[in-house]
Amino acid sequence: MTFRQEMKKALLTSAWFVFLTFPILVIRVNTIENVIEWRWLNMMWIAAGSFILSLLWSFYFGRKTGDPGKKTEAFAPADKAGSLFRNPRFRMPALVLTALFATAFPFLFSVYQTSIMTTALMYVVLGLGLNIIVGLAGLLNLGYVAFYAVGAYSYALLHYHFGLGFWVVLPLGGLLATLFAILLGFPVLRLRGDYLAIVTLGFGEIVRLILENWNEFSFGPSGISNIPRPGLLGLDLNLDTATIYLYYLMIGLCLITIFVFGRIRDSRIGRALIALREDEIACQAMGIDKARTKLLAFALGSTWAGLMGVIFAAKTTFVNPASFTFLESAMILSIVVLGGMGSILGVVLGAFLLILLPEYLRAFSDYRMLLFGTTMVIMMIFRPQGIITGIRRTYQFRGGSIDGATAGK
Amino acid sequence: MDYFLEIFLSGLTRGSIYALIALGYTMVYGIIELINFAHGEIYMIGAFTALIIASVLTTLGMSGPAVLILAGIVAVIYASAYGFTVEKIAYKPLRGASRLSPLISAIGMSIFLQNYVMLAQTSDFLPFPNLLPELPFLESTAHIMGSTDFIIIATTAVVMVALTLLIKFTRMGKAMRATAQDRNMAMLVGVNVNRVISATFIIGSALAAIGGVLIASHIGRINFYIGFIAGIKAFTAAVLGGIGSIPGAVLGGLVLGWTECFATGYVSSDYEDAFAFALLVLILILRPAGILGKASVQKV
Repeated sequence: MTFRQEMKKALLTSAWFVFLTFPILVIRVNTIENVIEWRWLNMMWIAAGSFILSLLWSFYFGRKTGDPGKKTEAFAPADKAGSLFRNPRFRMPALVLTALFATAFPFLFSVYQTSIMTTALMYVVLGLGLNIIVGLAGLLNLGYVAFYAVGAYSYALLHYHFGLGFWVVLPLGGLLATLFAILLGFPVLRLRGDYLAIVTLGFGEIVRLILENWNEFSFGPSGISNIPRPGLLGLDLNLDTATIYLYYLMIGLCLITIFVFGRIRDSRIGRALIALREDEIACQAMGIDKARTKLLAFALGSTWAGLMGVIFAAKTTFVNPASFTFLESAMILSIVVLGGMGSILGVVLGAFLLILLPEYLRAFSDYRMLLFGTTMVIMMIFRPQGIITGIRRTYQFRGGSIDGATAGK
Repeated sequence: MDYFLEIFLSGLTRGSIYALIALGYTMVYGIIELINFAHGEIYMIGAFTALIIASVLTTLGMSGPAVLILAGIVAVIYASAYGFTVEKIAYKPLRGASRLSPLISAIGMSIFLQNYVMLAQTSDFLPFPNLLPELPFLESTAHIMGSTDFIIIATTAVVMVALTLLIKFTRMGKAMRATAQDRNMAMLVGVNVNRVISATFIIGSALAAIGGVLIASHIGRINFYIGFIAGIKAFTAAVLGGIGSIPGAVLGGLVLGWTECFATGYVSSDYEDAFAFALLVLILILRPAGILGKASVQKV
């Protein structure tokens, strides 16, 4: 395309978006006082913004179609970061530095910062849990937060009614979430993937509605307060030490999750899951029990949500249904999508980006959900594999020629 | 008996709206096998546009049915434009990608549109003016069926008939049916598939906008979040009737509307939404292909 044509196209696109956003972005009505506010400035922004974006878009796609070899190069830095991390000479020092920083964090920064970091670590675990379901098995779960809610409410209710402590409920919360996942997954997982997305979405909403409306059971929208923080060997911790203690607890849980996720991914189950994601029919022909394997992934992933739910209840000492909306599910999903489906490092990075950025850019926080949505669309179009591509482990045959190996049999 | 009839009719009203939105889902699914998550948002944008245009017209001094008709037309145009643009931006580049990608993109689009409206307008509920006229001949039955209900049911019926005619008898309808059956084959015989897909999105969005304007005048208030629940329910209706089937979407919408109204009328009103989702899960377990759908056999 010539420059002239491109300019013309960009102008047309710009005009289209001005038309499209006109009533909603320019006019604001106040139906109570019957006042209409005209915001012409917004129109200018849209015109300029869409013009520039359109030029960039045609630049990108023009290059993509014009020269297919160039396409991979555009994202080489991100790929390099991934391969750099896999390089053992870089990997060890990086890990040691991260470990030192993580250990020293509560002593370097304030309690408030530590608390935010704990939240980010919780989302790392949630992201990895969902990554088993979405990233490995390719099952789109939009109601992940329901299992998180199950965990949180099981701690709140078990403590309220039976006085059970944190350490007793932690495994129980995980188990209950797993149980719910099996109950829900059993009928649904036989179906095609897209139905699962809707049913899990519906399930998430049902759980929230029940928590909101069934006052005798869950105390309705006012929630349950005075949930104790986790205790350390019977010591009475004040708020600061409890926060720091929870932080280290989360570091430990994160490491366990990363370890378990890696082991699952490289195990027979993990390989079956990845294979199922790629081609169900071929998998069944290979003798993989489709329903059972999917159910396994669903249950395994939901366990982490249950565990994190218990931690969440213990951290905030208060639960109510407002913490478990669809937006929460969407946020965890965007962590997985942004980070890279099936990748560990990607999800860790994704969680830190999506939790810490809005926390430190307060002015930004209104636009947080807007950016999540945009990120999901843009990532799917330009880089569906995420920031860090989940590597497929390959094994190399070392040890003489193939002839020698077969002859030795 | 009056109580039963009243619930029956309010179920019919509600079901008609679900059916209008469900048609958009089912048509898009029939053609590109994608759950268009942003469809509920298109419906919400339709309602918002109508509210904005109606307010502007009212301050300009217009009143009566002219406001309703103008606002409705603008809402339909805008919703169609949004549907068209959403397809071009979020789904078209992903044609041929794995199944998960367009679905995630659709969810992203849905979140984006919700927050776009919330930030540009308001997060509060806005009162929606009651634009639907009072019909004098319904005065005697107003306690059972008001004129709003009547207008909603009648409009839906007219739109359904028009849609059926469009799909059965026009060239575009024929091309749509061909694309739904086999996209590659349709392309080979000279159907412009891109145009068919755009047309599907435009028609589906227009129907959603009609539904949006009707329900907004019926309920009397809107906010940016109405599209989300309505979208899930309409999708439930589409699955209920058998996704991809147009009469199925209508039937599914009506069944869902009745289920909700009878459940809230005779059981409890707290769990209105929960009944819809429970019905969806039940249908998927018992009859995954839906009431009118055909079970599809996957071939290699």
